[in-house]
Amino acid sequence: MLLRHTKKEVMEREALTINPAKTCQPIGAMYAALGINGCLPHSHGSQGCCSYHRSTLTRHYKEPVMAATSSFTEGASVFGGQANLVTAINNIFSVYEPDLIAVHSTCLSETIGDDLQQIVTKAKDDGKIPEGKKVIYAPTPSFVGSHVTGYANMVTAMAEQFAENTGEKLDQINIIAGWMEPADMREIKRLAKELGATIKLFPDTSDVLDAPQTGKHVFYPKGGITMSGLKSTGDSKSTISLGCFTAEPAAIALDKKCKVQFKSEDIPVGLRATDRFLMRLAKAARVKIPESVTDERGRLLDIMTDMEQYFHGRKVALFGDPDDLIPLTEFLVDLNMKPVHIVSGTPGKRFEQRMRDILSDSVPDANIKNGPQADIYLLHQWIKNESVDLLIGNTYGKYIARDEDIPFVRYGFPIIDRIGHSYFPSVGYMGGIRLAEKILDVLMDRQDRDAPEESFELVM
Amino acid sequence: MFSTASGFVQVKPARMPWFKHYQGDKLMTRVLPDPSLVKEELIKKYPPKVAKKRGKAIVVNDPSEIPPVQANIRTIPGIITQRGCSYAGCKGVVLGPTRDIVNLVHGPIGCSFYAWLTRRNQTRPDSPESENFMTYCFSTDMQEEHVVFGGEKKLKQAIQEAYDLFQPKAIGIFSTCPVGLIGDDVHAVAREMREKLEDCNIFGFSCEGYKGVSQSAGHHIANNQVFKHVVGLDDEDKGGEFKINMLGEYNIGGDAFEIERLLEKCGITLVASFSGNSTINQFENSHTADLNVVMCHRSINYMAEMMETKYGIPWMKVNFIGAESTAKSLRRIARYFEDDALMARVEEVIAEEMPAVESVIENIHPKTKGKLAMLFVGGSRAHHYQELFGELGMETLSAGYEFGHRDDYEGRKVIPDIKVDADSKNIEELKVTPDPEKFNPRKSEEDLDRLKSEGLDIREYEGMMPDMKKGSLVIDDISHYESEKLIELYKPDIFCAGIKEKYAVQKMGVPLKQLHSYDYGGPYAGFTGAINFYKDIDRMVNSRVWKLIQAPWEEKASRLEAEYVTQ
Repeated sequence: MLLRHTKKEVMEREALTINPAKTCQPIGAMYAALGINGCLPHSHGSQGCCSYHRSTLTRHYKEPVMAATSSFTEGASVFGGQANLVTAINNIFSVYEPDLIAVHSTCLSETIGDDLQQIVTKAKDDGKIPEGKKVIYAPTPSFVGSHVTGYANMVTAMAEQFAENTGEKLDQINIIAGWMEPADMREIKRLAKELGATIKLFPDTSDVLDAPQTGKHVFYPKGGITMSGLKSTGDSKSTISLGCFTAEPAAIALDKKCKVQFKSEDIPVGLRATDRFLMRLAKAARVKIPESVTDERGRLLDIMTDMEQYFHGRKVALFGDPDDLIPLTEFLVDLNMKPVHIVSGTPGKRFEQRMRDILSDSVPDANIKNGPQADIYLLHQWIKNESVDLLIGNTYGKYIARDEDIPFVRYGFPIIDRIGHSYFPSVGYMGGIRLAEKILDVLMDRQDRDAPEESFELVM
Repeated sequence: MFSTASGFVQVKPARMPWFKHYQGDKLMTRVLPDPSLVKEELIKKYPPKVAKKRGKAIVVNDPSEIPPVQANIRTIPGIITQRGCSYAGCKGVVLGPTRDIVNLVHGPIGCSFYAWLTRRNQTRPDSPESENFMTYCFSTDMQEEHVVFGGEKKLKQAIQEAYDLFQPKAIGIFSTCPVGLIGDDVHAVAREMREKLEDCNIFGFSCEGYKGVSQSAGHHIANNQVFKHVVGLDDEDKGGEFKINMLGEYNIGGDAFEIERLLEKCGITLVASFSGNSTINQFENSHTADLNVVMCHRSINYMAEMMETKYGIPWMKVNFIGAESTAKSLRRIARYFEDDALMARVEEVIAEEMPAVESVIENIHPKTKGKLAMLFVGGSRAHHYQELFGELGMETLSAGYEFGHRDDYEGRKVIPDIKVDADSKNIEELKVTPDPEKFNPRKSEEDLDRLKSEGLDIREYEGMMPDMKKGSLVIDDISHYESEKLIELYKPDIFCAGIKEKYAVQKMGVPLKQLHSYDYGGPYAGFTGAINFYKDIDRMVNSRVWKLIQAPWEEKASRLEAEYVTQ
């Protein structure tokens, strides 16, 4: 057994986290920053942070992930990292020529109290930021929240440090993308186009982290929202944020700064979250939802009705990030499945509230925990106490899936042992079809594997 | 932003030797640029100060008169380095592969998360019940309140909980950046909890990420603490002939399994491995061995030297990467023990193993010979893997380490000349003296001198550069910019580095072999490993897929043809 030391008896822990269902803020900030065109993310801390984040993102996307670091030494940790960051800014603009640098902090630079705003101002005063170029910054202390928080902080920095209200309203709707895959962002744009709505989506990692093989490494791929696009978000008619943990904080900041009103929606995973998103967008952009999109909905629903027997009553254990798990759980409930164990390492009261609402009539006594010690070790213990038919989570779930012999669908971050998540969307009705297909595949493969010969089914 | 290879044809090829290059059976000659001009090209774009500094880390090799290389020096901020941190070297590299230690990371969650199973250290517990904590990730998940008010209390509680849940033989505590800054004393906590729990060895590592300039500092810190707190605790003679420890072999992709197989076949007893496929008891008992053999000199030479001083165990550099090197290493171990039966047995094993290797290389060599490789990785791999490329008939044009020191490039003879700077001074040097009871020189100085005079290079490592051709480029801590320029200018057939470089290089149409993770393959050590490597490299450099990059409707670049001059 790979997790041979995991015992059934749950012992209350106060200090030890085992097999976390989260990681730290800066990696989220790095991912978000890659969603701006011509941007080089910069990690203000020890080299290891940048190396680990780049490695993890690279394993997830199988794509180049370029980012720089302030390379703190013991001296910088004692005397402050200002000199390192100013030097880095100068070197990056000289050598790598980005349009902008998006700096995030780390636990190290936060602990010693480096003030990013002050250092960036100093770099500007010293003439280290060329004309027309920009440096934005987001505090991302690793000892607060999770990678989800870091993403939200960098997206908030985009709103705060770019958006301008010129007084002239533009006929466009901002869509603030919660943490989702490049394919999901591409799908959001496609759906908006189908509706005939003009949107500004940010961040946008499509055409960045799914770049084509051309025989040439394009250091700054063509995707990502442009700096002028970000600036224009201050003049948009309104904002829709997708994900109350990863996108809503930026919508609040944008409203505060530029008086662009916002509505908060879930990431459109599954039928009903997609319904809500499309209605919200149609209303905001004053457009109608076209027949083509209604047909897509019908196709998803068709699968849900036709294959209902295979989903019905199946118990599911899930782990991951709040903005993913909330709409996913709703979708699973709509498929008549039973999410019985759910953990997320990311803290925040809204998670449990939303989950309890979603599960109130189908699984009122579900095990739900997020925040400290809500880890994959605990989830595994719960599974040992009440077995499940399906496990959904990131790659680390494969160890539980193998030990307990549970069908497993990879969903969330990071997925470092399979491809597809960055190419095929999970959002929208088409994304719902993909998720349903993935779930059915593993459940039916299991039925085929375990069926006695006489009841091995040809048609299913 | 990187222009295409315009520099390639402009640079005069005058002084660079021409490399023979085959395409199928056809001998081609690839024109290569002058390395000193390449060096100029690599640093041209840098601001003057950066160019000056990087210039010292890029040298044109001359094996007869080895030029000094700047190494183990701070990375310039913003340059885009391959390097990681001290914690990665300590927890990730050295301690990560030992299966029965609970490695508890004291700090915010990320550090423990990123080092969770990602290095592919394989391990094989004795039985389904034996301890194996390597699949687990342990962290104190430090929060803001701990940064403000201190985290020692939480650390103690976490140790207690780990003990209550798992009853491990040992718990290692790894400090991350904030821990050192807020002044948590992990060593005091370790002492206190060791006394409290009695049957659990608990020790701390001050391996905060900002220590030193790379992973290398972490290796040293790991060596020190394992030496201080673990080595020498178990004096039991567990029997066996020709007892050795294998130092600096981390069992990535199963390398250690292959080496263990060969040692066993030869009748050599492996007491402890530092640290691939190891247990804490192996470390405790390791001072009962009679020879330390060192694979990765960079990460573990400290342990070898300290064990020799304290216990009298000599050490010797070996290399099990490459079939020839493997044979040579086995022979050298046998010669150290000066036992005729062992020497004969080693020859038998080599004779048994080599035919399989030869039959594979016979097939593959015509398809790989003359192809060009570059290696930028680690602290020993960039050297060791040149052996395998040599066996494939491939040339190494350029190589460098991510975190090596000058001795890894130029040989240990330069150690007295290495300036100790502020960053190195911060890493503790243990003062080791012979153990009053356990010091037992395995060989007299006279015997060692005699063996040395017979060509057995005990306590010696010549470094990478004597094995590299004149005119090859040696580059320490290569930046991303320099990597891309090198590829543009040289057009290698394969580039070896790590995951961060992999897809950027492959986007340039050049296959990249990861030499940290082996691209999830391996083993590459020993004879079986060599066969695996030959096959993988043949697959990569001759894959059809690279020829499909251009869409049929796109204009064919004439540039490709211009590279080759038929002889």
